Amino acid sequence: MNTQLLLIQVFNGLVNGAFYALLSLGLAVIFGMLRIVNFMHGALYMLGAFTAFALGQAFGLGFWPSLILAPLIVGLIGVVLEWSLLSRLYGLEPSYNLLLTFGLTLLTQDLVKQVMLSQYAVSSAPYTPPAALSGVVNLGFVVFPKYRLFVIGLALVVCLVTWLVIEKTRVGAIIRASTENPNVTRAFGIDVGKWVTGVFGVGVGLAGLAGVLAAPIYSVEPYMGAELIITTFAVVVIGGMGSILGSVVTGFAVGVLAAVGAALYPPIANTLVFILMALVLLVRPSGLFGLPEGAR
Amino acid sequence: MHKKTLTALLCAALTAAPALAQSVRLSDNAVKVGVLTDLSGVYSELSGQGSVKAAQMAAADFMAANPAYRSRVQVVGVDHQNKADVASNKAAEMIDRQNVDMLVDMPTSSAALAASEVAKNKKVVAMVVTGGTTALTNEKCNKYTFHYAYDNYMLANGTGTAVTQRGGNSWYIIYPNYAFGQDLNRQMLAAITENKGRAVAPSDATPFPNTDFSSYLLKAQSLRPKVFGTMQAGADLVNVVKQYNEFGLKNQGIGLGIGLLFETDVAALGQDAFGGALATVPWFWNLDARSRQWSAKFEKAFGKKPTWAQAGVYSATMTYLQAVARAKTDESDAVVKALEGYSFNDFFARNATIRPQDHRVLLDVHTVQVKTKAQAKENGDIFTRLSTIPAARAFMPLAESKCKF
Repeated sequence: MNTQLLLIQVFNGLVNGAFYALLSLGLAVIFGMLRIVNFMHGALYMLGAFTAFALGQAFGLGFWPSLILAPLIVGLIGVVLEWSLLSRLYGLEPSYNLLLTFGLTLLTQDLVKQVMLSQYAVSSAPYTPPAALSGVVNLGFVVFPKYRLFVIGLALVVCLVTWLVIEKTRVGAIIRASTENPNVTRAFGIDVGKWVTGVFGVGVGLAGLAGVLAAPIYSVEPYMGAELIITTFAVVVIGGMGSILGSVVTGFAVGVLAAVGAALYPPIANTLVFILMALVLLVRPSGLFGLPEGAR
Repeated sequence: MHKKTLTALLCAALTAAPALAQSVRLSDNAVKVGVLTDLSGVYSELSGQGSVKAAQMAAADFMAANPAYRSRVQVVGVDHQNKADVASNKAAEMIDRQNVDMLVDMPTSSAALAASEVAKNKKVVAMVVTGGTTALTNEKCNKYTFHYAYDNYMLANGTGTAVTQRGGNSWYIIYPNYAFGQDLNRQMLAAITENKGRAVAPSDATPFPNTDFSSYLLKAQSLRPKVFGTMQAGADLVNVVKQYNEFGLKNQGIGLGIGLLFETDVAALGQDAFGGALATVPWFWNLDARSRQWSAKFEKAFGKKPTWAQAGVYSATMTYLQAVARAKTDESDAVVKALEGYSFNDFFARNATIRPQDHRVLLDVHTVQVKTKAQAKENGDIFTRLSTIPAARAFMPLAESKCKF
């Protein structure tokens, strides 16, 4: 393969990387702060896409309002779930929340499928990019869809803002304190429980956002998150469980790697990430950006 | 009419019925049709409940036309989840416990092959309508399995030839990396070269299932073939076509050649996304007056227009039942004999013959072009017929078949 084609694939990989980054960012925030392995993240991503589609069907809402509304709705669903179900499991073994979120995933997928089949009579729904972003743009070295450029850009901005908020602001400091040492934080008069719920909502909202962004590229269907979530977990592990920077950098890197792999030797495209995971874990068991357990 | 005559007629009918019934020998006094299908997964819309409904309609129409069978044909629908092992278990269970005499539909090649194996061992007729692999009438053929409606050879032969002859003589093909895709890619390349077309690069095997096809579309952009051929099916096909449009390949002069296309794929994405694409189908609902008439009946009963798979299930069920009527028994060896070499015409299968040597059901098929929304005259008006390939030329010639019963 010539260098230009390789460059094109590197660039193209950033699109999938954007989705991996947004999803693993949410997972990392939730795991890093709450120690919840949220298996439901893929289903919530799908709910983001489905909500955007449903808002369009029911209220004629276009892409832009959905881009704001759908993550909010998904975030709110997350808040309700954390408050009503997940919060009861803190202090129990992690396998409990894993089983719960896995069960909720199956439930959500089947519910959405029933709704889609009965209401819209299609198992995968059409969703087109907004007019302003449809069409292609000639970048000189490649003709690329405008919408995909937008996805890369927005994902970068969102990742940067999330990182800044958590690392550099007072809000971030409270969140970090609430999870590092809840008792001391409480002593400062901070309602730790509310902050935990809020963080879960935001992390889940990020998955919803990724879902809305995915709707115009992939078809909206009940199982769209199922496959993606496996890769995303691998990304989180490679980046280092709970590391925000790690999940973002690894997300984009894995996207690029998979695209180049798909172009060079297609059958390996989906396996590449797991090979990478195995290699990284051999050298750095806590992931590329992760701190060893004791150091936290 | 006089009351007396009416009573007389009624008495005659009542006495005649058992006499008629005795003239046919049926196991457990009924013909049972088992629709082995996907009731919950990716193919549930193109076959699924619609296929069950189609088989029920065939049973009802058959019983109305053949009083000897009145209320003696039953239809059961079973979900095989597109999995070979489930298909195998469910087929065996239907045959052993429910005394099913014939299996029909069977989407997904691997599930169809598994069910066909059960049919062979239990000596029950299987009519595969929705499964595509040519193995069913080649190395995996058996005495009790019949392949109805379509297969990969017919798709490739039809579309490969039509597209190449219309000027699309340079191709780049991607295919899902499993039996169906590998087979279809091979057949398609053969049809292209036969018509003096060529592949500009070796075909790429994509993971299955797969959602992101951008790498291959970008490759197509730089290869500049006249046709981007996709052998993906169902949900994967919908994603390929969606992204083909997103990357604007059509405007760059790269056409779209589709291996296997169902009406539901077009519905899932909207007609404009598929507009102009070429495909081969055995049938479509507004093909002609006869097809429209049947489809109207189906739509009234089911609430949706039939896909060609569902229409095929009706036709296959009816063909089987008529063979039972000719054999005067549902004993499978006799029915197979009645089916072999049989020539017929119905709203679905035109100029049809059942080839005795490999049980391929030969019928006229059509190359079609997908209409854009603006070109559609009514709801569901999806295809323009470009040509009809006569039954004798549509399918794999017997000389090439590897089937030995």
